[in-house]
Amino acid sequence: MKRIAYLAITLFSSAAISMAQSPEQKGLDIAQKADEVDHGFESSSSTLTMILKNKHGQESTRKLSNQTLELVEDGDKSMIVFNSPRDVKGTATLTYTHKEGADDQWLYLPALKRVKRISSNNKSGPFMGSEFAYEDLSSQEVEKYTYKFLKEESLNGEACYAVERDPVDPNSGYSRQIAWYNKGNYRIEKIEYYDRKNALLKTLTFKNYQQYLNKHWRAGEMVMVNHQSNKETTLIFDDYQFKLGLTDNDFTQNSLKRSR
Amino acid sequence: MKTENQQQGSRARRFVLGWADWVIRWRWFVLLGTILVAMFVASGGMPQFNSDYHVFFSDENPQLQAYDALQNKYTKDDNVFIVIEPKDGNVFTRETLHALEQLTTESWQTPYSSRVDGITNFQHTRAEGDDLYVEDLVQGAIDKSDTEISRIREITINEPLLKNRLINEDGSVTAINITVKMPGENIEEGNEIIAHVRKMTEAFEANHPGLKTHLSGMIMLSGAFYESSQKDMGTLVPLMFLIVILTILITTRTISGTVSTLLVIIMSIMAGIGFAGWAGIQMTPPSASAMTMILTLAVADSIHILITLVQHMRAGHSKREAIRESIRVNFMPVMITSLTTVIGFLTMNFSDSPPFHDLGNITAVGMTAAFIFSVSTLPALMAILPVKVKVKTTDTETKSPIMRRIAEFVIAHNKKLLWLSSATIIGVSALVVNNELDDQFVGYFDESIKFRRDTDFISENLSGIYNVEFSLGSGESGGINNPEYLKTLQEFEDWLYEQDEVIHVNTFAEVARRINKSMHGDSLAYYAVPGNREEAAQFLLLYEMSLPFGLDLNNQVNVDKSETRFTITLENISSTSLIEFSERAESWLKENAPETMFANGTSTTVMFSHLSQRQIFSMMSGTALAIGLISIILIIALRSFKYGLLSLIPNIAPVAVGFGVWGVTSGVINSGIAIVFGMTLGIIVDDTVHFLSKYLRARREHGSDSEDAVRYAFDTVGRALFVTTIVLVSGFIVMAQSSFGLNSGMAKVTALIIVLALVIDFLMLPALLINISGKEKKQPQVSTGELAMAKASYSSTNN
Repeated sequence: MKRIAYLAITLFSSAAISMAQSPEQKGLDIAQKADEVDHGFESSSSTLTMILKNKHGQESTRKLSNQTLELVEDGDKSMIVFNSPRDVKGTATLTYTHKEGADDQWLYLPALKRVKRISSNNKSGPFMGSEFAYEDLSSQEVEKYTYKFLKEESLNGEACYAVERDPVDPNSGYSRQIAWYNKGNYRIEKIEYYDRKNALLKTLTFKNYQQYLNKHWRAGEMVMVNHQSNKETTLIFDDYQFKLGLTDNDFTQNSLKRSR
Repeated sequence: MKTENQQQGSRARRFVLGWADWVIRWRWFVLLGTILVAMFVASGGMPQFNSDYHVFFSDENPQLQAYDALQNKYTKDDNVFIVIEPKDGNVFTRETLHALEQLTTESWQTPYSSRVDGITNFQHTRAEGDDLYVEDLVQGAIDKSDTEISRIREITINEPLLKNRLINEDGSVTAINITVKMPGENIEEGNEIIAHVRKMTEAFEANHPGLKTHLSGMIMLSGAFYESSQKDMGTLVPLMFLIVILTILITTRTISGTVSTLLVIIMSIMAGIGFAGWAGIQMTPPSASAMTMILTLAVADSIHILITLVQHMRAGHSKREAIRESIRVNFMPVMITSLTTVIGFLTMNFSDSPPFHDLGNITAVGMTAAFIFSVSTLPALMAILPVKVKVKTTDTETKSPIMRRIAEFVIAHNKKLLWLSSATIIGVSALVVNNELDDQFVGYFDESIKFRRDTDFISENLSGIYNVEFSLGSGESGGINNPEYLKTLQEFEDWLYEQDEVIHVNTFAEVARRINKSMHGDSLAYYAVPGNREEAAQFLLLYEMSLPFGLDLNNQVNVDKSETRFTITLENISSTSLIEFSERAESWLKENAPETMFANGTSTTVMFSHLSQRQIFSMMSGTALAIGLISIILIIALRSFKYGLLSLIPNIAPVAVGFGVWGVTSGVINSGIAIVFGMTLGIIVDDTVHFLSKYLRARREHGSDSEDAVRYAFDTVGRALFVTTIVLVSGFIVMAQSSFGLNSGMAKVTALIIVLALVIDFLMLPALLINISGKEKKQPQVSTGELAMAKASYSSTNN
């Protein structure tokens, strides 16, 4: 009886909470849930093809490979190696994302055989001339935004939560983003980016989702369209692998030099 | 032949008289009916005003296509250039730099802005140990020490990317450049930007009384088009109405006539503007002057009809008889002169610049309406309104002593006059070569327009407004990092700085040099383009990854990294010199750079520079067609092949002489002036039509000799020609007061040509007629029967 009463109270109060839940709290809950469901991949790798397209359909392609180390207490660590164009082959970036404060980033330049630190304030510029900014590609830690649930909306037949996320970093190129989280599995289906004057700048669409290890959803293709310049960039992901047994030692400035 | 002429003539005469009777009988119906028609056309609505400078270029314009192609490779954009002038003459103070930081941040809020460049957010690169730092040149100026401020000053005024572009050499004037990318979905986008920037800079000046702002850039150019058109509408149109009212009152001395003429003019304008509304024509600075154009030209039709009407009433005829007679003698000449004017304006469709098509078409519709309303609404209303005219028995009113004196003078000195005027015409026409084609778009505006003053300030104190851009290709993907390519860029840059007109060169070579330096511990020894391709590419990658939002290299490097944008800023030079400069730069590339790097110079400045040239060439065929058509009309109207062709001399000579005089007095032909050939031809031909038809009437009907026929022509139409010339010239002089150079230039030249046309028609044409007939056999006296037939044939074209 006691247990039933307790359960009833819990159920009732949680219902009351969810009824009374502020949009901010609900947005944060969704983001946290999305973060949670992806926990446990430990480390992963993939290869990327980046296709840049200008207004007139002229294309330019870059090839990259990517490794990520999952961290719980701080942001993930990642390494991106550039395989083409030829002139930058072997160039690699190492990034430590942080839950609070600016990320650390280094670039290895094979021509100089040196590792250079990249200015921490400027990370909203385009990544390799593409429509992706570094901040769009880096690990999307929950703490990097404040949230506000907007509405439930169906997107291509998938029920979604539309959540506004405002970047905490004052150097961000965006005033806000709207992300559509899939209601069923919390993967992100679409993100709209609004510039500093709050005009729609870009839309990122996630395509060809696949589930790995029965848990982790990864998009096979990400398409970023810039509405102001009419340029677009497509990122194609191949060869996803998980639980590679990578450790902190694989994500140091020294390992960066060995990356190719 | 004669029988046919007679039949045609009498048919026409019957029609015209029938028309006059019908209009008088159904005067209320005609009046209300025509008003309803005008109102219906006007319900097409007021056309929207489009002030975007792109309207001046047709889609086929090769310079526009070239510039579009370049912009498509990089970014397609326009700009607002905010110049900040501290009153203490020093940009480098804590307060001013702090204010600049704020204004730069605020500028990102400008609608459609994609990029903001100022000295404070300039991405300064420096080395610290092994690391590359790329950051805002000025951050938190308010807390900086004097030493730090003077260090900022040193960097800024020596920075190649800023000097003579965003900062002047003595550090007294600086600028913020806002790049905007308008989606082009509606024509209000530019106005939105302007409104925002004006509000922002006004608030800025209010908060910082020590700082003054000036606004320029391509968006503000569009704003100036709007501003000057509004200004003209507000001042020139009312002024023109006043002149029209005064002229009609003085020449006809009837209030009813003045009211009726005003009604006809207003209805004609309604028809012209309404047509633009129906046709979806957008108003632009040139086409907006159609209103003044219709106002000026429409009044001539009414004046011809009114003057005859009043003359007949003074001679003692009833109002009804006078109206009937006036319609009879004026219907055909007014129709023919309207027709030639319409043809003249329609030749504007040959122009390369679409706003001039609109001006031509709106005016052509307005003139057609003016003719229709002048022979319907005007007589109908005159039949309704009371007209009080003193009956005079003498004909002093109709036969002006001055005109008679001119006639006698010309007759007495006809040989001398012919040779003298021929020599003068040829001599003055030869001065045409003094004209230079020039379309400096800043010079389109007079100093009453703020854009002009602000832009002049910039040219004098900071940088140039005119530029030429090249997209220089390396021929391969990633090839912009090739040392050979970078070296050629640098050589081109060096050569350009040796040219007198060059103020600033913006080249990717500078980016390569500065990164190379910073990658080597800021050592000046490395301030050179990298000598190794991989090194250059990797440095560039690092640099690009270090740039903040909006300040990337997409505006000067293409996606494939195979081409870079090369921008040369020039001092104020004429279009001709600019085209010449661009060609000089192109031939440098041809001789010194690999084939892949060759490109043609392009930019908005280049587009405007070619505009007048293209305008003149495109108008050639239009003018030829106009001359052909008008000659045919004259041959038919005068019923003489010989006199039809002869009339070409007094019609073309004023245009040639006009441009000769212009060559000495101004010497600058812009694309507005380049349009006047066909248009003025259509207007000045009226004088010749009237004069020649009277002359021929005297020769044929009265059997006068050439001297008497000249006297007759002066007596009958001399005064009317004089009055219409005054109306037209005052109209065009009013238009010449426009703050917009394309309109004022066009009006000045047209006024000049109209005056010359009258002078030539009064002095040279009669001399020519007398001399030509001297060589002919004296025409035999015609029999009374023939006279009657001739009268029937020609009266319809005479008044």
